[in-house]
Amino acid sequence: MDAVRDLASKKAAVIFTRSSCCMCHSIKTLFYELGASPAIHELDHDANGREIERALRAQGYGSVPAVFIGGRYVGSAKDVISLHVDGSLKQMLMDAKAIWF
Amino acid sequence: MGTRTVRLEDEDGKAAATRMPSFDSQSPISNILVAFSYTEGGTIQTYHVCDIGAFEHSAGFCLEDAVNLSGTGDQAVVSDPLQIDTFNKAPTSFNINNQAETQRLLLEKGQKLNLVSISSGNTENWGESNMADASPRTDISTDADTEEKNQRFDRGQSAALVAYDSSDRSKDKMDQKMLRRLAQNREAARKSRLRKKAYVQQLESSRLKLTQFEQELQRARQQGIFISSSGDQTHSMSGNGAMTFDVEYARWLEEHNRQINELRSAVNSHASDTELRIIIDGVMAHYDEVFRLKSNAAKADVFHLLSGMWKTPAERCFLWLGGFRSSELLKLLANQLEPLTEQQLVGIGNLQQSSQQAEDALSQGMEALQQSLAETLSSGSLGSSGSSGNVANYMGQMAMAMGKLGTLEGFIRQADNLRQQTLQQMHRILTTRQSARALLAIHDYFSRLRALSSLWLARPRE
Repeated sequence: MDAVRDLASKKAAVIFTRSSCCMCHSIKTLFYELGASPAIHELDHDANGREIERALRAQGYGSVPAVFIGGRYVGSAKDVISLHVDGSLKQMLMDAKAIWF
Repeated sequence: MGTRTVRLEDEDGKAAATRMPSFDSQSPISNILVAFSYTEGGTIQTYHVCDIGAFEHSAGFCLEDAVNLSGTGDQAVVSDPLQIDTFNKAPTSFNINNQAETQRLLLEKGQKLNLVSISSGNTENWGESNMADASPRTDISTDADTEEKNQRFDRGQSAALVAYDSSDRSKDKMDQKMLRRLAQNREAARKSRLRKKAYVQQLESSRLKLTQFEQELQRARQQGIFISSSGDQTHSMSGNGAMTFDVEYARWLEEHNRQINELRSAVNSHASDTELRIIIDGVMAHYDEVFRLKSNAAKADVFHLLSGMWKTPAERCFLWLGGFRSSELLKLLANQLEPLTEQQLVGIGNLQQSSQQAEDALSQGMEALQQSLAETLSSGSLGSSGSSGNVANYMGQMAMAMGKLGTLEGFIRQADNLRQQTLQQMHRILTTRQSARALLAIHDYFSRLRALSSLWLARPRE
């Protein structure tokens, strides 16, 4: 979990993905659309990939995509979409200084 | 000749007439020669009322045969001149004089016939007993009736009787014209009976098919219910999943329409906000229900949902990831929700933008999936890896492709999630009354699309 927390706090928006996961692609696209430049960690190409995946699952965070904003776990695809629809996602990104408007 | 066909239907299929033919009160019984029939089995009785006035050209009378109609509304009534043959064989025959005399006779005797009851109101249980109860003068007609009845049994048909005053029978011969006409009638009767038979057979086979379909549906529904109740169903009963969802969706739509009608009448009758809110909460909860149904269907048969075959053609036009586009819905609501406060305008505007962005993101993910799938399936090793290597590659490719297909369910689920969230957010931004109008507008839009589909399907084609 330290590895996860470590990486997650390095940038305002962090997303753990897998290169083959197309839903991850959707979430990445959404973040780019909002003007955020999230740090992307492809667990299947990352050295510590397996360890991180294990840690994520241990926390009950489910699988990829795993989204962190301001160092805190936001959720998976379903949560991100729900938060985006009610405007919370944008607010979170602004609060974390990932975006400014 | 002018004939009026009167059909008496029997509710319980017994040989009884429960309704009287309506007679023109201006033409007394003297103008009417009634041929009625009875049958043994429970069938629809067909009666013919002939206008004697039309008998100018033929010095005879019109005898009609009632054909057994099993359960249909078809009236294949033909005249069977065989009765005349019968009558000829009977101990007494009927008077076939010229029109004038016939009319005069009927005028005189008409009142005495029991058949007057035809015009006077309800007579029940036409049947042989009635015949027997008829005026004494119709004694002989009863005999002829019996003999004819026997003939009918032989032929498996119903008998037609003409009630007539027996004292007027004579042994006049028939016209040549009459004979030819009778022959033609015979032919027409035969053809009609064959047509009727074919039609009835068709109906029966359709009925059988219908019963089979109903049973299949029942079975599928039971299996479908099993699927939806168990959370992690690993087996996919694909055909049944689709059919089950179609049935469930149809039921959902019916209930939705009912709720919307309730909402509409509440709005029109200026119901209070509290009352409206109750109905609206019901509608929103019902929307949650359809997303739950779709979620189950996505597990059972994702391609059925994606195909949109559960929607009408015009709706399918606008299909996006197995449903409607939230952003489009909000666009068409924009004008209908006025007046909106500044805050509401901003809120709705943001919602539209958010849903648009989410839709784009999901669409791009789908495109990536398609591309990835294509790459997986097209990467063939046409090399010298050896046959076993090829097979292993092939199986590996298929396994990977299977994995990618599996993610389709996730996309449909997120698309539905987007639709559900958009509806709920819209409801949060709007007032109760505005929400009511919005729900009504959405329903009207989709029901017009469905109506358009019906029109389209029913359009005349050259």
